[in-house]
Amino acid sequence: MNTNILQVKDPILSIENLSVAYDKNVAVKDVSVGIKKNNVTAIMGPSGCGKSTLLRALNRLHELYENIHTTGTVTLNGEDIFKMSPIKLRRKTGMVFQRPNPFPTMSIYDNVIAGYKLNGISQKKQERDEIVERSLRDVALWDEVKDSLTKKGTFLSGGQQQRLCIARALAFNPEIILLDEPTSALDPVATSKIEDLLITLKETYTIIMVTHNMSQAARISDYSLFMYLGELVEYGKTKNMFTNPQDRRTEEYLTGKFG
Amino acid sequence: MKVVSEIDNINSRIRKDRVFLGLVVLFSVITVSPIILIISKLIEKGYKQLSFGFLIEKTPDTMQAMAAIANNELIPGGIVNGILGTVLMVVLASVFAIPVGIITGVYLYENQEKWMANLTRSISDILQGVPSIVLGLISYLWVVKHVTNGFSAMAGSFALGIMMLPMIVRSTEETLKMIPQTLKEAGLALGIPYWRVLFGILIPTGFSGLMTGILLAVSRVIGETAPLMLTALGSSVINTNIAKPTSAIPLLIWEFYNDPNMVDMIWSSSLLLMIIVLAFNLTAKQVAANRK
Ligand SMILES: Nc1ncnc2c1ncn2[C@@H]1O[C@H](COP(=O)(O)OP(=O)(O)O)[C@@H](O)[C@H]1O
Ligand SMILES: [Mg+2]
Repeated sequence: MNTNILQVKDPILSIENLSVAYDKNVAVKDVSVGIKKNNVTAIMGPSGCGKSTLLRALNRLHELYENIHTTGTVTLNGEDIFKMSPIKLRRKTGMVFQRPNPFPTMSIYDNVIAGYKLNGISQKKQERDEIVERSLRDVALWDEVKDSLTKKGTFLSGGQQQRLCIARALAFNPEIILLDEPTSALDPVATSKIEDLLITLKETYTIIMVTHNMSQAARISDYSLFMYLGELVEYGKTKNMFTNPQDRRTEEYLTGKFG
Repeated sequence: MKVVSEIDNINSRIRKDRVFLGLVVLFSVITVSPIILIISKLIEKGYKQLSFGFLIEKTPDTMQAMAAIANNELIPGGIVNGILGTVLMVVLASVFAIPVGIITGVYLYENQEKWMANLTRSISDILQGVPSIVLGLISYLWVVKHVTNGFSAMAGSFALGIMMLPMIVRSTEETLKMIPQTLKEAGLALGIPYWRVLFGILIPTGFSGLMTGILLAVSRVIGETAPLMLTALGSSVINTNIAKPTSAIPLLIWEFYNDPNMVDMIWSSSLLLMIIVLAFNLTAKQVAANRK
């Protein structure tokens, strides 16, 4: 057993021997890790080390592409995600992408409620209004957009769009939110708003965030994974990892020797 | 000495520029003049005949036309049977070609490199190159002889629909390819089933692209004559029964051409057809422009 990998008791999400390959090219190699509930866990590592690949395995997005092969097990609250229907799994795991991607034909309101509407879930207008307001409040966007809910989501600024996308992911009350470098396309002000937001959101949700920005990981994450060439090199409390990295590769990365 | 040669050089460049500009203007004029000549000729010869009655009355018979010409009057009647026949057949063709074309386009987009998709794409491309008269012939063999047991609007629509298909397939695939992959992923990541992502997100996002393809396909088949001769045949009355022979604007133009008393009707009918086709084309352009 690798002693640089923290063993987590009662993880909400438990990843065991997960490998993902693009055709024959293995991008995530035999990763085993437990994710702690109501915490922010950062996935760090140099570009191309498999961070996104690992994250996208967790809501089975890889299944859209025939050339991607996934092995291993992942359990969410003890339930094997590969045995669930992908639809059920994806409602329990919200995802936020690198570039803000609100649905361009939809209003702000419809973007937030898209998960319900497009799933054909019938609701009273009042119920929908409540979900929209709660989700937008959760991402601190309500006051900025409450008078323009019928405007297209794409009219918002980049940072607002990304918060709208987070609201869209929160509308279904997922257990976990997966974010793939959610601030890499944003300016510093918008970035810090989203960082503050994630810190408050962890009270309700479990957050897993890919970042190649070390200071961001240091600022907001409780736990960190460090990946290198598809392998999980080190996993532990973020504070410990930054002050006292166990693996030489982690140390070299954190001190800027590569990346 | 050096300065002089440089001025010479500039002068010769200016001359070359002028020659080139002249050529560009000349070729542009050559390119646009046919369309201007056609339209001005159609207007000159056709406008007299073009009235409200022309749009709502049936074609006159040749004796009426002869009498009118003898009295130096306008030919009475109109081409409403042709207008309604064209509308009937184009709508019917669209009802078939639009859903089939869009679904095939979606299939090609989702299965880019699979052999079935490659085969389908090639066949669709070949179909685009099949002369329309051959499509008319096939529709004659299949629909006229075996389905409606006689010339019919349905047979005409079938030929037109087959013509529209490859254009719609192509434009659907190309439109979907331009939509960022992450929109589809974002939809699926919300736990929305694929077909709802398709109809709720992808198709609305690409709507103007799909619309452009459809409008161009319609404007392409509206003027088709040859396949209709072998299938819809034509009719001097208003027909709404899809199993019966039916008129169409281009079929009427051909009939007028063959009747010395009806010559004046050729121009007005052609003018109307041209206006309709142009309207579709310009709308398609407008829709495509709004996308940006
Ligand atoms: N769609 C893909 N097809 C083939 N290889 C891919 C694909 N996406 C990523 N890869 C490869 O997988 C490896 C990991 O990529 P990724 O997970 O995107 O890295 P990161 O997010 O850490 O930058 C890289 O070597 C990359 O080239
Ligand atoms: Mg990445």
